[in-house]
Amino acid sequence: MHYVVLTKGVPDFREGQVEFDDDGHLKRGATPTVMNPNDHFACRAALQMKVKHDGKVSIMGMGPPDFSKILYEGMERFYADELYLLSDKAFAAADTWATSITLATGLKKLDPEPDIVFAGFKTADGETGHTGPQTDWCIEWPIITHVINMTYEEDDEVIRAKRLVEGDPDEIETVECSTPAVVVTDPEFETSYRKASHRLRRKKLREETQERAENHEEYTTQWGHEELNLDPDYVGLDGSPTIVSGVDPIPKPPSERDATMVTPDDEDGMQEVVEELVPYGGGA
Amino acid sequence: MTDREHYEAVVVGCGPGGAAAAASLAENDVETLVLERGVEAGSKNVSGGLLYAEESSSYTIDDLFPGFREEASEREITEYQMHNVSGSQVKSFDITELHEHDTEWSDSVLRRKMDSWLEQRVHEMTVETGGGVLTDVRVDGLLWEDDEVVGVSCAELDPIEADMIVAADGVNSELAREAGMMDWEEPEEWFHGVKAVVDLPDEGVEERFHLPPGEGAAHLFAGDLFEGVRGGGFLYTNEDSLSIGTVFHLDSVVEQQVEVHELLDSLITHPVVGEWIPDEYTELEYAAKLTPDSKKVAHPSPGQGRLALVGDAAGQMQAQGPVIKGMNHAVTAGALAGDAFVEAEEKGMDPGKAYVKQLSGEGIFRKLRPRRYKVARALGENGPMTALTDGLLTSFVGRWFMRRGFMKRLTGWAMSSPWMASMMPDTRTPYVTLPTVVAEEMGEEVDSENDVEPKSLLDRIGDLKYDTDVGNPHINVLDDSWEASGAAVMACPVSARDFGGGCYREEKVKAGDVTERTVSLDTQPCIECGTCAVVADTEWRHPNGGKGVEFKEG
Repeated sequence: MHYVVLTKGVPDFREGQVEFDDDGHLKRGATPTVMNPNDHFACRAALQMKVKHDGKVSIMGMGPPDFSKILYEGMERFYADELYLLSDKAFAAADTWATSITLATGLKKLDPEPDIVFAGFKTADGETGHTGPQTDWCIEWPIITHVINMTYEEDDEVIRAKRLVEGDPDEIETVECSTPAVVVTDPEFETSYRKASHRLRRKKLREETQERAENHEEYTTQWGHEELNLDPDYVGLDGSPTIVSGVDPIPKPPSERDATMVTPDDEDGMQEVVEELVPYGGGA
Repeated sequence: MTDREHYEAVVVGCGPGGAAAAASLAENDVETLVLERGVEAGSKNVSGGLLYAEESSSYTIDDLFPGFREEASEREITEYQMHNVSGSQVKSFDITELHEHDTEWSDSVLRRKMDSWLEQRVHEMTVETGGGVLTDVRVDGLLWEDDEVVGVSCAELDPIEADMIVAADGVNSELAREAGMMDWEEPEEWFHGVKAVVDLPDEGVEERFHLPPGEGAAHLFAGDLFEGVRGGGFLYTNEDSLSIGTVFHLDSVVEQQVEVHELLDSLITHPVVGEWIPDEYTELEYAAKLTPDSKKVAHPSPGQGRLALVGDAAGQMQAQGPVIKGMNHAVTAGALAGDAFVEAEEKGMDPGKAYVKQLSGEGIFRKLRPRRYKVARALGENGPMTALTDGLLTSFVGRWFMRRGFMKRLTGWAMSSPWMASMMPDTRTPYVTLPTVVAEEMGEEVDSENDVEPKSLLDRIGDLKYDTDVGNPHINVLDDSWEASGAAVMACPVSARDFGGGCYREEKVKAGDVTERTVSLDTQPCIECGTCAVVADTEWRHPNGGKGVEFKEG
């Protein structure tokens, strides 16, 4: 079995990492790039398959050459075997459509072809949720989206999944589909390792990955438009029907309360803070 | 029915007993799965702790794990002293001879470092058999079929069947209790230990204790410094820290209504330890542990069917006088459990039965439950006898004798005698009265000062690491009346009267003119010692895998 996770590098929007300028624009150069958080669920789903049914996990992403570190993050954290970076100047500024064509071509070039392709739900920067389903449209496989839990029947080669319907936590659908297939994991996706043998295997994979991750370059393949036999007119900016007419800065949240800044070295200021707080502390 | 996996052997707990069992099983090519509830072995474990390798034992930990002493222990203890204390008067005796009796070596250890090292070795060994070590898994019960134990159930895993189940899940073994082989009923069957690990950052242990490089010292303390509670204090040197603590009979803690963290502070701040405790006092960790008194509670037949109890789970903790040996017995018993599996296969017998046979052949029961103590207990552990011996010692005649030169030699001999230690009664006389009188009549004024300010209980709790299982408390108070459970407010090492941040708190509920005294419980600060399981009316279980307190030193 070959499991492939599609991923993307996005700005690290966690507090303390992300930086904006005074106009509310993202300071891209000062903000680290990380694996799209929703893709972690896709990686976990693929790892669970590998633990329970053996096989190989590959991670594929499109982006500039330094996005290889995003793929490496996937190897280190989710024990992936191989990494595929689709990187070419011709791919730059792609919208979700051009990205999907590129990824679909990359998937078809893999040997062996994937049995299950996993994608996360929405990227933290684009938030369209288009890329996974559009990639699937290109390769014409069955797709299950919003998956929160899945099993695989080896004998019948069937995926059995529970999925949220319209994101409603009270409405859960159980569906089946044959492989090869695309699975889009929901942020509610949960892995389950109830067998000791599965946990032992996961532990073994972690140990094996440590050695592989130290030499991750050896396990990374980079493909450009020539290797993928893609016409530059159909990928990247030229292949993107989306037109960005303008960008609005992120509005600052309205302040509802007045704030007084006090530095810890300001003794008088700190004393005032204490006096303000004492009535709320229930003490004398 | 949920699918069941099967392993030839399942070992519950990866402390020294579990590790030894797993190593022995793996050595015998037995497919072995080890289940440990901590995030890492040692994260749930606390000991004083000195680890012995006895000359008379067929297995020691360095036999089973080459490189153990170089990589996992702290210092070889080559000096051992007993300090009798009364006020600032101290009379010390060198009891290294007793310490070295039947001892190949003895090292101080810190459990997180030691057990996590063992876990790695055990995993390497058991993986070769088709098993391995899994952490974050709490075994919460036994699997039964036709009144026979056939496996274990787990909070985090589907049930697992096994041909042998080694319960090395510690002093509060839920498996031993489910099997009906141990209980939490009687406080007099347990010791209560509290410990602080203290950093020695700039000054070397050797310099402060006047020790040769790499060597360590152990000091014990008894007398009037613990408010009359039966027990004593200890101070052991680690690589670059000190383990300082107290061990008391739990029934005495309850009777005297003392708070054990305060008794620890009595030792930490006493002038007798002033020369060793750094003025810049940095307490790295506060911990506590219940330990079985093997003389009373060691199970005489700790193997039944497929089940074998090992170490603290079987009450295998030898505490006779100043001799405190637990981990070494767990190691020996664990290794013998592995041998028992093979013998059981060869002879077609139950592994539990084969294990008991192995223990008997080793002579472990004689060490854990010495016959001499039975006599001493029958004759000496009663009120009139204690009143008589205490009266004699504190009388003019007793004190006159104590001042004689031959009595100093006799007392020194008695304190170094393994024979005497094995028949010491658990009364106030040897723990409190005798050391106090010895200090008063033979001792000298301590010239050290001690300005240490110990941490508050609030800070001690605050500095521990917890992963709280929110909404799933692992202890329930069944009877919250003061009469049934009030003792926990004092005996719980993270609770105290007039302290709102601990586990147990006193509550006064007014109903009309009547004020009812009850207790309330918040398990968040629990350090899982199990004390309240004995002294209060509770339904007690361990937190689920990876949850609860995580010790860094242990």
